[in-house]
Amino acid sequence: MTDVAGKVREILAEQAVIDVADVTDDASLEDLGIDSLGLVESIFAIEEAFDVQVPFNANEPDAGDFDISSVAAIITAVEGLVADGR
Amino acid sequence: MKRVAITGQGTINALGADVTTTKVAMREGRNGIGELEIRDVERLAVKIGGQIKNYDPEALFNRQKISLYDRFTQFALISAREAIAQAGLAFHGELAARSGVVLGTSGGGMQTLDENYRSVYEEGKNRVHPFVVPKLMNNAAASHVSMEFNLKGPSFTVATACSSSNHAMGQAFNMIRAGMADVMVTGGSESMLCFGGVKAWEGLRVMSRDACRPFSANRNGMVQGEGAAVFVFEDYEHARARGAEILAEVVGFAMTSDAADIVMPSKQGAARAIAGALKDARLNPEDVGYINAHGTGTAANDKVECAAVSDVFGHHADDLMISSTKSMHGHLIGGTGAVELLACIMALSDGVIAPTINYDEPDPECALDVVPNVARDADVQVVLSNAFAFGGLNAVLALRKV
Repeated sequence: MTDVAGKVREILAEQAVIDVADVTDDASLEDLGIDSLGLVESIFAIEEAFDVQVPFNANEPDAGDFDISSVAAIITAVEGLVADGR
Repeated sequence: MKRVAITGQGTINALGADVTTTKVAMREGRNGIGELEIRDVERLAVKIGGQIKNYDPEALFNRQKISLYDRFTQFALISAREAIAQAGLAFHGELAARSGVVLGTSGGGMQTLDENYRSVYEEGKNRVHPFVVPKLMNNAAASHVSMEFNLKGPSFTVATACSSSNHAMGQAFNMIRAGMADVMVTGGSESMLCFGGVKAWEGLRVMSRDACRPFSANRNGMVQGEGAAVFVFEDYEHARARGAEILAEVVGFAMTSDAADIVMPSKQGAARAIAGALKDARLNPEDVGYINAHGTGTAANDKVECAAVSDVFGHHADDLMISSTKSMHGHLIGGTGAVELLACIMALSDGVIAPTINYDEPDPECALDVVPNVARDADVQVVLSNAFAFGGLNAVLALRKV
């Protein structure tokens, strides 16, 4: 599953225009400087990279089971989707 | 400066194929949003919309015309026919030269684009119908209205996303006020409920998959609609002189730009537009009895809009009514302000305030009287219509009872 984590970090790093090494597990999107549009673009990139559907509605960021509270949470959520083959 | 009267109105939208049916639906709080019936709907995540059902263009236009009229042009023509018939105007000679048409749209001939992209990209065809360009262009609706009714004065199209109609009607208002025209046919039209149109909106992740619930704590996004509304704006004295029935008077208009974010709304930008419309109309905040909200049902818009209204109106914000009819007809994007002006005129001329339907739970960030679920009888003298577009472009109209 480490390749999923690596790819998610790469996507977030590209969106935040920072080095992959600076995308730490406990960082929030806000810490990385990713705003609401950046988040929507990141989710799009994740869906394209892993061929999954991410259940995320910007009107209800806390609804659904896609936790975006930290880098680690996002990685866990994406790993779940990939494992489910969604 | 000249005064501006509204002497005709027409519409087709998900609630009805004319003004009377639409007003009855608004009064009853009817939901016009349902399952989309469009090609490839199974490939969409968002499968609902305020779509016009049982629509038969062949009953209204001949085949030669249909080959030139995108669906958004058809909607504009249907609405213009009703509005101009009500106004009782025929445009000849000097009146024709002093009358024009300015309409709002965001997507223009999007059905035509969608169909023809399919044809060349998906089906690999190397030939398209010769009228694709005149059919899809954003000014097609305004031009066809000018041709059908012989409107030879200033005519053009305004495209400012969700504010298109309000910007268009604001231009029409100011042109008559300034003496540039005697009659302006104005409003807006949109038909974006095609696979490409809905798919593009899905991408932003701001759409609801079940219902439009403006101001309700459980709101989860906007729902697209389609249709048009068209009005006859007329020099007040011209209307009086010919004994026309005046539905309402347009008294103020203001537009502002947030100059901030391409999608997130700004409280300051919205508040400046609302305050600007009051100032333009020389009204006090206490004069306003009803506001037709932009009220998209997104988390961001509704709370920002309520905060802007509270800022402008202070204590009076708790006394006025504000509702979003998008809950019933959906968000018509470039046509939305026009359809919503019907609710404003209904408030003034019929004394009925259209409700915000699907209102389930109070949201402390939207703590205004949103006329939840049930229409209300009320005697209001002045109403506002808000439109706040992507791109941060805001346009607010003020109307007064006659």
